[in-house]
Amino acid sequence: MTAAAITPSRKGAGFWGAFARNKGAVIGLAFLTLIVLMAAFADVLYPDSPWDMTAMPFQPPLSDDALLGSDTLGRDIAAGIAHGARVSLLIGLTSTAVAVLIGVFLGAVSGFYGGRVDDLVMRFTELFQTIPNFVLAVVLVAIFTPSLTSIVLAIAIVSWPPLARLARGEFMSLRSREFVHAAVTTGQSNMTIIWRQILPNSLSPIIVSASLMVATAILLESSLSFLGLGDPNLMSWGYMVGAARTVIRQAWWMSFFPGIAILLTVLALNLVGEGLNDALNPKLARKGRS
Amino acid sequence: MTETPLLDVRNLTIDLPRGADRPHAVQDLTFTLEPGEILCVVGESGSGKSMTAHAVLGLLPKAVKVSSGEIRHQGTNVFSLPERDQRALRGGRIAMIFQEPMTALNPLMRVGDQIDEVLRYHTTLDRAARRARVVELLGSVGLPEPDHLRRSYPFRLSGGQRQRVMIAMALAVEPDILIADEPTTALDVTTQKQILELIQDIQAKRRMGVMFITHDFGVVAEIAHRVAVMQRGQIVEIGTAEEVLNHPKHPYTRQLIAAVPHLIEHREDFTRARQPVLTAEKVCKTFHIGGGFLTPGRKVVAGDDLSLTIHQGETVGLVGESGSGKSTLGRSIVGLIKPDSGRILFEGVDLLSLSRPAFRPYRRHVQMVFQDPYASLNPRHTVGDIITQGPVAFGEDRHKALEKAKALLKLVGLDASAAERFPHEFSGGQRQRISIARALALEPKLLIADEPVSALDVSVQAQVLDLLEDLRHRLNLSMLFITHDLRIAAQICDTIAVMQKGRIVEIGPAKEVFGNPQHAYTRTLLDAIPGKGWTIPEDVVPVTRRSAALRSSA
Repeated sequence: MTAAAITPSRKGAGFWGAFARNKGAVIGLAFLTLIVLMAAFADVLYPDSPWDMTAMPFQPPLSDDALLGSDTLGRDIAAGIAHGARVSLLIGLTSTAVAVLIGVFLGAVSGFYGGRVDDLVMRFTELFQTIPNFVLAVVLVAIFTPSLTSIVLAIAIVSWPPLARLARGEFMSLRSREFVHAAVTTGQSNMTIIWRQILPNSLSPIIVSASLMVATAILLESSLSFLGLGDPNLMSWGYMVGAARTVIRQAWWMSFFPGIAILLTVLALNLVGEGLNDALNPKLARKGRS
Repeated sequence: MTETPLLDVRNLTIDLPRGADRPHAVQDLTFTLEPGEILCVVGESGSGKSMTAHAVLGLLPKAVKVSSGEIRHQGTNVFSLPERDQRALRGGRIAMIFQEPMTALNPLMRVGDQIDEVLRYHTTLDRAARRARVVELLGSVGLPEPDHLRRSYPFRLSGGQRQRVMIAMALAVEPDILIADEPTTALDVTTQKQILELIQDIQAKRRMGVMFITHDFGVVAEIAHRVAVMQRGQIVEIGTAEEVLNHPKHPYTRQLIAAVPHLIEHREDFTRARQPVLTAEKVCKTFHIGGGFLTPGRKVVAGDDLSLTIHQGETVGLVGESGSGKSTLGRSIVGLIKPDSGRILFEGVDLLSLSRPAFRPYRRHVQMVFQDPYASLNPRHTVGDIITQGPVAFGEDRHKALEKAKALLKLVGLDASAAERFPHEFSGGQRQRISIARALALEPKLLIADEPVSALDVSVQAQVLDLLEDLRHRLNLSMLFITHDLRIAAQICDTIAVMQKGRIVEIGPAKEVFGNPQHAYTRTLLDAIPGKGWTIPEDVVPVTRRSAALRSSA
């Protein structure tokens, strides 16, 4: 009966069915859609730059000219959140994409070839794993001066090792499967085997952990901005929290709303990641639902 | 039979959950088990034989419910008893041994403690008495040094030893019914023989009733007093072993018996007139298992001075028990394993001396059919893709390759439309046909078949063997056929090589090896074949002989 659940003929229905069975995942996906829409229509909702002073400073939420209040210089918090969503999502997605590229490439090579290559790649990976993530990211951004590119690269560089290990494990176990042996004996090249035979079969866990990695990347970006290492030209949630921390007792809303935005986005991404896990790895899904 | 039967199953029906392939796992099942009797329940996978055993033991999965009928144990209906008494009955009077002795034992507990646990629950013996009993039980199932072995963990024991421990555990409470669910399927043939003898011996000594579930008619012929044949959840035939084996009435029984691989086949002698296609000379391979940076690992010799010749049109059978190195030789020939030394000559060229690019053109001449049809086809590719990938890799036009793939699918007995479907839509037998089509797509001269039918049901097994036999004649293929089943080897091989612990101990024409075995190990293997005393009744024509007759008349 488990076999029926993973048959690709009903893959469409099966995938959404399994995903939708996880209520949290559906809520997460709905919320994520909302954030994406907010980011997409930020220019329509708040045509002015979020850096513009549009209201009196220290306006509390629900005042006439600022829905969520204004900050110490009279900038609209709501506009900051809408525009900040762009930065968070952009950095979250691109840095994850770069990390997936590096991680899967190294993991695939390591797991497929094994032996010396594997030793070499894995020692290299461990080198990165022994350095605390955040410290390395701070150092990298500080050296390369804060900009969108340097932040994306710094986050990618600190987050690829777990993906490399995951991809390596998948490749190692699939490497010894009979269909891969069959591909070898029918004369297919190593590249074809990696690309067409093994990779499609190892994607599910990679997709799941990548979706969770987007959340971590957003947190990392917020932390960097909080420390003042964000791109100075871009309004971001982390910067807003950081800038407002000195006045948190007089004006709670300045750090509260961006903080909530970070919390909800990360939570939504985690819920979606868990839903993907249930849908893509039905064998590991929690018992008692089939 | 005036005494009440030990076990009396009447009109038992078990419902499957909605959406299964049939409404009932078993339907209207009626049979009895008398004391001192071995009842064999035979059927192919999915026939409901294991489900029946699990119902008797109350081990049915939650989604599956007994909807009607009763199971009587010495006259008492099991289902009418309160839960507590049912449990006591099942633990104390009925015992079970399972197919996979590795998973049935707790890997983190010493085997003696596992038996002790059973005794603690079901008897009032004190510590010392239990310990003595454990030693006695382990001794009674023929395990060496029971006092020492009691403190071993399961991973230290061989498959046969583990199965003996399972039997000792089952006997601990002195049950009057023993249910054995394919207890020898995972074992080598010589071990199987020992376990079957042990079960027979214990059963006779204790006058137990044994319900023995199996798919192998050889095993049935070896031990059964009575036989029940199951098909799709129903008993289609039940009777004494003599009746069912020698005078089968139901067409399904006849079909199953016809598919049983048969040892004595009358194949014409193979004449080695033509050139050898492949010669292996003194191939050696040692695997180093485990071991770390400083600790040396264990050495396993999988190939020790292996020499073998395959002529054009010849089928060479490589037989032996698991771990004897049969697959290692097969895989060395297709280039999946690199031997430590020796030569493998294909039409005079030493394949082992070639560099990777120089070896590549030879790949298409030597193709392989794998053991597990569920693992050997990429689940994400269509069947058409799977078959054409080889030719495309060798530069053939994709469109042309697909046309050829469709022709090949027809050749192996599938519809051409199969090319657009995915592997999971096919049964095990059909998948193995696809796997054969993939191997043939490169028009090989030599086919390596590594246990190609061991994962299949017996009737499907016969069809696939028949297909291989047919293709080999039509395409004039040479074949290296690797199998652990001597009956199958006898059926389709011209030459037999018997392997033991990485060495070929005997090699010769099939007729001679089977008719007049020279090596002691070959004799042991032949002696261990289950059901060798039984000849398939004359009026049931074996499948392969039937098609051989068809071929010669065509």
